[in-house]
Amino acid sequence: MPFGNTHNNFKLNYKVEDEFPDLSKHNNHMAKILTKELYGKIRDRQTPSGYTLDDVIQTGVDNPGHPFIMTVGCVAGDEESYEVFKELLDPVISDRHGGYKPSDKHKTDLNFENLKGGDDLDPNYVLSSRVRTGRSIKGFTLPPHNSRGERRAIEKLSVEALTSLDGEFKGKYYPLKSMTDAEQEQLISDHFLFDKPVSPLLTCAGMARDWPDGRGIMHNDNKTFLVWVNEEDHLRVISMQPGGNMREVFKRFCVGLQKIEEIFKKHNHGFMWNEHLGYILTCPSNLGTGLRGGVHVKLPKLSTHAKFDEILTRLRLQKRGTGGVDTASVGGVFDISNADRLGSSEVAQVQLVVDGVKLMVEMEKKLEKGEAIDSMIPAQK
Amino acid sequence: MPFGDAHNQVKMKFSSEEEYPDLSNQHNNHMAKYLTPAMYRQLRERATPNGFTVDGVIQTGVDNPGHPFIMTVGCVAGDEETYEVFKELLDPVIEDRHGGYKPSDKHKTDLTSSNLKGGDDLDPDYVLSSRVRTGRSVRGFCLPPHCSRGERRAVEKLSIEALASLSGDLNGKYYALKNMTDAEQQQLIDDHFLFDKPVSPLLLSSGMGRDWPDARGIWHNDNKTFLVWVNEEDHLRVISMQKGGNMKEVFNRFCTGLTKIETLFKERNHAFMWNEHLGYVLTCPSNLGTGLRAGVHVKLPNMSKNAKFEEVLKKLRLQKRGTGGVDTAAVGGVFDISNADRLGFSEVELVQMVVDGVKLLVEMEKKLEKGQSIDDIMPAQK
Repeated sequence: MPFGNTHNNFKLNYKVEDEFPDLSKHNNHMAKILTKELYGKIRDRQTPSGYTLDDVIQTGVDNPGHPFIMTVGCVAGDEESYEVFKELLDPVISDRHGGYKPSDKHKTDLNFENLKGGDDLDPNYVLSSRVRTGRSIKGFTLPPHNSRGERRAIEKLSVEALTSLDGEFKGKYYPLKSMTDAEQEQLISDHFLFDKPVSPLLTCAGMARDWPDGRGIMHNDNKTFLVWVNEEDHLRVISMQPGGNMREVFKRFCVGLQKIEEIFKKHNHGFMWNEHLGYILTCPSNLGTGLRGGVHVKLPKLSTHAKFDEILTRLRLQKRGTGGVDTASVGGVFDISNADRLGSSEVAQVQLVVDGVKLMVEMEKKLEKGEAIDSMIPAQK
Repeated sequence: MPFGDAHNQVKMKFSSEEEYPDLSNQHNNHMAKYLTPAMYRQLRERATPNGFTVDGVIQTGVDNPGHPFIMTVGCVAGDEETYEVFKELLDPVIEDRHGGYKPSDKHKTDLTSSNLKGGDDLDPDYVLSSRVRTGRSVRGFCLPPHCSRGERRAVEKLSIEALASLSGDLNGKYYALKNMTDAEQQQLIDDHFLFDKPVSPLLLSSGMGRDWPDARGIWHNDNKTFLVWVNEEDHLRVISMQKGGNMKEVFNRFCTGLTKIETLFKERNHAFMWNEHLGYVLTCPSNLGTGLRAGVHVKLPNMSKNAKFEEVLKKLRLQKRGTGGVDTAAVGGVFDISNADRLGFSEVELVQMVVDGVKLLVEMEKKLEKGQSIDDIMPAQK
């Protein structure tokens, strides 16, 4: 709440040593990069909407992180944050996204026809397929920083755009604040409902302010396409269905996203994008494609194999429990998805998932038969 | 953390109606009661000299609708000037919360403990412990919802200096939260002294948990009867406490210690925030005036089940809580009984109400134990 320009200027009366956060017990990307010297150099800046360095780093100061899990520890408050605070964010991005350099260009490819295969993952193993991403709407500040007026304007634009979709995308918008009990129950059963963030990573960055004002969920009648409005990003777009037809899921994803983007462009509010960072999102970890394409897949044998983690690393995939990030796997069922976000396109990332999961299911089948999988271990992608 | 001037200018492009919070969703707090759209339109153009804006004041009340039975305040001050710059909102909130206290009223401060009559003879068979607490804000710094790390550390530094120069009964030690040993932490927990990072969304939504545990700490005297919290919900929370019913002694130590600390801060050109209308200025409007809560843990198993218990408390201007503090339940018939008022009465007056009121409640308890009626000793409204 406090870090606007008047207070920022007032803080400059205090020496850098006095204002520099204590990061001695911290393990996150921000803490790794932010030295006292760097802090001193950029602390007097602010974006045009008044976002300051202390705003960017507050979540990382308040949440030291975990010895094993490297959190990002900083957020953007608007599109300009990535430029105004580049001395901090460029190295964070490089560290988080496998050495991505300030001069690198990111490729966007939402042409689903460029995906090879992906329609034949074995449904005996692959229980469900899902692709999600986020989008930010140009002309508004981001969830850590935006006002009620901005958030409501985003909701209004989103509702217009989403309720004008037709065909397989035809659906309904449910604002969180006026949902009936019955609607809420149904959305919970469908695993669609998102709740007020409890994670201090998000609340310390100010993303839960004014909850549930301006927040809501749209889904199509078929329950295969879902949009969250004003949660951690302006929009989160999800395509999903039971079974292993990732190709169909990705097609719906690309088509739906492009339809939505057109409508926003017509209102002079395209999505935030640039050729270096791709799609601009609140958390630096989601830059580029912002895409997580994944499956819930039964791998009871492979997951206990000594080389499981190595295989995942080589395939550029990551595992999670079926409750999502930071949950454990249940009954040998894992959430397997792409590890990368920035520096490769949407098609490339989904291809990695499709090819990688296909291979892992083959490995699982071999292990079931008591056969070795050593010859199948892939090269580093 | 967006509510500085530049973003305030961005927000001004949206109409007041578009920015006005939705307070219809079961909001039941003082702020929601008074903040009309017209008032919001007027206040949103302003900022204090330190850049605190109306959205900063009200965020906690927007995020925490409240409870049908418990009327929370729903707004906080970010600096001393908040109470002036946003008076259109805060004056009615203060009036509502503090029994009709008007903008023209003057508050009386009296920390002369010898003005307290009695209070040294509450029956220790019933009164298990006595405690007086208050808060103080250090002039020249923003308050916990708004202060920077530099300001918070400066408050801590001044506090350590001031407290280190106390002696005699008040000789003690400061424990910074961020480099406490496990042994020290355990001891402070056992002594019921340790305060933890706030978990209450009422506090977190207003930004008071930022940078935890940087510059937060606890000071206590060797005798463990005088305790100061640094940079929790207020710059300073000062607590005097001991077992048994000698409230006079507790209040005596309280006044002596506070006065000494205030002198030390004044010597360093940082007096406490105080004015003749609002008394001591604190973060939450509910703690203005004396900021004082004087209370006892007292056994009232019979009295608390009596149909007139609530009425008696009201007449005595007292309130009950469980022994875990605010929003906890009583255990084993033991209640925390304390003054209900903060503003418009002096410290001596409030402690007097507790002393006299608890003495009466214990008499009533004894009567009820003997099966006697308490009707003839019902008090008038104080």
